[in-house]
Amino acid sequence: MIGSYILALNTALLTISCVALICALHLITPFLTTTTTLCHVFQTLSCLDSMSELYPFFYRPSNASLRDQWGLSSLERHYNFHEWTNEDHVTHKVYLLSRLLRLNNPVVSKCFMQTKRNPLMLEQFPVTLISFYIKAVTDVHHDRWRLSTVNRDFSVCPSYPQAVIVPKSTDDDMLEKVAKFRQGGRFPVLCYYHKKNGMVIMRSSQPLTGANRKRCTEDEQLLQAVIDGSDKGYIIDTRSSQQALQARMTALQESLIKLVEACGEESNNMDRWLSKLENSKWLSHVQTALSTAGLLAECVERDGHSVLVHGSEGTDSTLLISTLAQLIMDPSCRTLEGFLTLLEREWVQAGHPFQQRCAHSAHSHARLQQESPVFLLLLDCVWQLWRQFPLALGFSEALLLRLATEAYASDYGTFLGNNQQERCALGVKENTLCLFQALLRPRERDCYSNPLYENTELAIWPSVHPQSLQLWRGFFLRWTPQTHHLEEAQEEIRNMVIEWGKLALSSCPAST
Amino acid sequence: MAAQHYRVRARHIRDGAHPDAQGNNARHFSSRDFTFVLLSASALPALSLLNPAGSSTVPAVCEGQPREHVENVRLLDRSSGQRKASIGTLYLSATHTIFVENNPETRKESWSHLRFYDVNPGVLSSFADSYPCVAQYGEQCGEDPTIPTGSQVILRCKDFRVFQILVPQERDCLDVHTSLVRLSRPEKYSELYCLSFNPNVNKEEREESWGFVDLTADYKRMGLPNNLWVSTAANSEYRVCETYPSELFVPKSATPPSLWVVPGSGAEDDFLLYPTSTKILCACVLQSVYCVTSQAAVCRCSQPLSGFSGRCQEDEAMLQALMKANPGSKGYENEDHYTNIKLHFIGIENIHVMRSSQQKIIDVGEMRFPSMTDFLYGLENSGWLKHIKAILDAGLFIARAVADEGISVLVHCSDGWDRTAQACSVASILLDPYYRTIRGLMVLIERDWVSFGHKFSTVERMLCVLGSKMELCPCRYGHLDGDPKEVSPVIDQFVECVWQLSEQFPCAFEFNERFLVAIHTHIYSCQYGTFLGNCQKERRDMRVSAAFEKVSWFCNIATLLCAVDRLGERTHSVWPELWKERAQYTNPLYRAEQSQSQGVLRPNTPLLLQGLYNHAEKSTPPRQSPADFLSTVREESQQLEEELANQQEVPPGGTPTITWASDKAYNTLRIAALTGEPITWEEVLRRRTSRPRPPHCGPDPPCLIQTQPAALHRSPPHPAGSPSAADLGSGVTVFFTAA
Repeated sequence: MIGSYILALNTALLTISCVALICALHLITPFLTTTTTLCHVFQTLSCLDSMSELYPFFYRPSNASLRDQWGLSSLERHYNFHEWTNEDHVTHKVYLLSRLLRLNNPVVSKCFMQTKRNPLMLEQFPVTLISFYIKAVTDVHHDRWRLSTVNRDFSVCPSYPQAVIVPKSTDDDMLEKVAKFRQGGRFPVLCYYHKKNGMVIMRSSQPLTGANRKRCTEDEQLLQAVIDGSDKGYIIDTRSSQQALQARMTALQESLIKLVEACGEESNNMDRWLSKLENSKWLSHVQTALSTAGLLAECVERDGHSVLVHGSEGTDSTLLISTLAQLIMDPSCRTLEGFLTLLEREWVQAGHPFQQRCAHSAHSHARLQQESPVFLLLLDCVWQLWRQFPLALGFSEALLLRLATEAYASDYGTFLGNNQQERCALGVKENTLCLFQALLRPRERDCYSNPLYENTELAIWPSVHPQSLQLWRGFFLRWTPQTHHLEEAQEEIRNMVIEWGKLALSSCPAST
Repeated sequence: MAAQHYRVRARHIRDGAHPDAQGNNARHFSSRDFTFVLLSASALPALSLLNPAGSSTVPAVCEGQPREHVENVRLLDRSSGQRKASIGTLYLSATHTIFVENNPETRKESWSHLRFYDVNPGVLSSFADSYPCVAQYGEQCGEDPTIPTGSQVILRCKDFRVFQILVPQERDCLDVHTSLVRLSRPEKYSELYCLSFNPNVNKEEREESWGFVDLTADYKRMGLPNNLWVSTAANSEYRVCETYPSELFVPKSATPPSLWVVPGSGAEDDFLLYPTSTKILCACVLQSVYCVTSQAAVCRCSQPLSGFSGRCQEDEAMLQALMKANPGSKGYENEDHYTNIKLHFIGIENIHVMRSSQQKIIDVGEMRFPSMTDFLYGLENSGWLKHIKAILDAGLFIARAVADEGISVLVHCSDGWDRTAQACSVASILLDPYYRTIRGLMVLIERDWVSFGHKFSTVERMLCVLGSKMELCPCRYGHLDGDPKEVSPVIDQFVECVWQLSEQFPCAFEFNERFLVAIHTHIYSCQYGTFLGNCQKERRDMRVSAAFEKVSWFCNIATLLCAVDRLGERTHSVWPELWKERAQYTNPLYRAEQSQSQGVLRPNTPLLLQGLYNHAEKSTPPRQSPADFLSTVREESQQLEEELANQQEVPPGGTPTITWASDKAYNTLRIAALTGEPITWEEVLRRRTSRPRPPHCGPDPPCLIQTQPAALHRSPPHPAGSPSAADLGSGVTVFFTAA
């Protein structure tokens, strides 16, 4: 974290390279002793041993309390598709209403007719519709899947949450056997149920086949149960299909370091800039991630087959691919709440080791084996989606920037620890505040939602052609003045849309 | 808007030039908002020019006959490979090359679904290059029976569109190729599109159109003439400098006529051998931008001809005068300062480097499935962005000198029209908010590019002019006879610089990307007379000076030029046409009073990134565009404001109808979502069900208002069945710009 300090006469220059901000601060103090003290303090603070000494455990803003709800959804709710009913979330209402009105369903029209006749029904009206919708969706779903609590004490798989969704025909004993066959005990679990055709995305870690090509009957049975009824399924191994996301995480880390170095240079020479950009390979990583996610989404949406995704450990590239594929396919993931819920489910609960991966960012001197900006890569990929489909995503670039910052240094407890087990042990839920809840407070929502958002039911297929991908200016060149103008433009867009809506409301007097 | 565009053209063919169009030979395509008349062979006089016997310019290798249309042609969709080829008929006329898909279902449905490609031959740049590509396509792809066989022609357009056409019969293919080669290189002025283009306007309107962009008014806007700068009539007859416009501004102290004596022998041979303006540098320092606040000016000229004769008294006197015109500060008046500027400008390469650079970047865009590494490497190798940056830097340097230090700047490069124009124009845009408006950009291009003109003196330069740059008609000649080495994308680069700036300052420009693309297209399309000819003088009277007759081959052109008579009487100006369509060229984020729109733009050392955008590839599904959405939002807001204002005046009984018919409930929710305010369901539902949408009954229905926000009804970005992820976005890069 501490870059260097240079002595010049009585003053000393202290360079602090910030972890999350990808920038460097220069402090000039009048005395050398002050500098050394500061340096010492910073060094100590940046390498705290005990996690319970971290700031989230002490952060107590006045407008939030520990008794607030922690997290957006549990897996149980995901299983029941309860996030639909989350009445507090306004964009969900937008989403839901538009969805319902487009259903052109007799029940919906009947509800409308009733509300016209009987004003008392108004209050219940949306609730009726929502429950109707949920029932229609979950009926099918519950036939084939069940919620398993085999991991309730984290003994089967330490990095999984306590509840997971598995095929109905597999019992808990089977799951335990399968867990032994997969690295880290990460047996195949459901991560996405495609409502259009009932196909699913499963994820797991690599099978431990070993040198003698070991097999596991239960594992095979489980996968058979997944594709039950359909002719075939796919297995996507993130390692074979993409060199860049191989188990060697250092490649990604080095890529980030090179890119940040290139962006931080003052000279701005056009020649060397492009070759440095190329040399960092960061955009190649983005390209492979997006194209693999596109492939996955294509398997599910177009071909109509279930897919199992795994890398080596199943905690990095696997999550990256499955998250992106869900964003591409599922419109409910593209709202502000939907996206945060997706992150919570696919990254926090599914056990991406944030503590190990996001410790020191691009400026660490020690080459940490576990350090890898996978989450940053995800945010970059999401940004590419956002840029290519400015109307389809319900959140703004500011949200992605905020998340990128929070993943490295946060006031909140959401990204603490490596998995649910560690968080339980630390009492994160009881002692810290939830970032995702904080991001949904009215004032935050104001700047993190996308004013242009228009719900579309269709999949958003990203272009992965090199000329469609760009460097994420807002993040990597965050501290150059030109990004200021872009922010201004975003602000202008927001004001325009709000002004428009207000005018629309005031010009339509609420007279019956 | 495209429909209107075509309607105009169609009317032109029908009512204007070709009376036969009404006859049986015409092929009519029509729909609700679109009428297009395709003429069959005998009806098109221009096609009769395509007699191969009389045309010596067709390369010997092309033995085909000119054709008017070829059926069963496949247009390959480059973004999705040959799987998605559309079959149709290719029509070739003197002014349009049209592909009409002959799927009867889509044709019945509605015209908008009909895939329709129109290429102006003026835009066609090369297919001679592609001629060797004519091969049995099936063979290339192996013996796959599903792939149709045929001969392939690749059309590369000057606006970077690429069309891949598969013609079943090799004979037909040769014919198409011959026709296209001939069509893209008109031999006579009378074949030029702008001379036959005849929109439905009367004479007065046309004359008015030429006065649309008034440079005198622009000088007045800058506060000229004033007590320091005066207008001079020295060049009114173009005797001092032929390529400069007649109205020039010079420092007041420099007006003594002695300054305007042309030094040098003045012999006619010399006159031809050297660009005129270099000869008379000292006389022609002229006002490009005048910054009112700092009283500093940007002036332009060509390089001094120090050569053997050494110094030029008049030149130095002129610069002294320039310095005097700028009280309280110094000017770059002596040789040392020249050096300074020159050093700064050395970064901008000459036209030859630029040309090859552009070719390289086009090649990069045409790579089928490049890896990220290939792409970035190719981009870097082309050096295109480096050149753009150099031009921007030059403009920034000038702008800083004028705005911050209050120093007048004299800009010149070797011959004073390519790089000089680029740097001056960019500086103008940075300095003066006016040039960031739609009208302002028109004025700027008219002044810096059209009226200051290009040199026209030597045979070589002639060819250069003819074969390159913005001069359309000569362009043809350049391809025909001239030296292709003189082609260079000078104005392309300027347009791209403006685009780069608009990306950096999204709120600072009144126009959008589409406007830039439209200008770029018209520069090449030769539909209007604006970009025809090389300088004001030439345009004003397209008569031929005796000097040119020395050059033997030029006589032909001379005759033609005589025949053309006066350009303004035969052609139309592009600016009023663009102005008419300004609604679609407006950047919704532009606010005249906003900080970005005011004052001097200071792009800090632009760090340009890759990111090429393509336009006009109509086959690819349209991307989501926030700008369109915002335009609608803005229009509706304005309309609502007006209505609200009216409402206060009108008594409640006679409330004006609300033309805006967007979904109120949806909007309530949207605003609630944005502001985080809680919403009550009753409110929403009551609003929703409150009243039926009243029909519009205002006196003057605004035609631009859509019933719903555009985005609600926009076709999906990638409808089901769009190309797979693997070949997504492999659409051809057509218009290159770096983001």
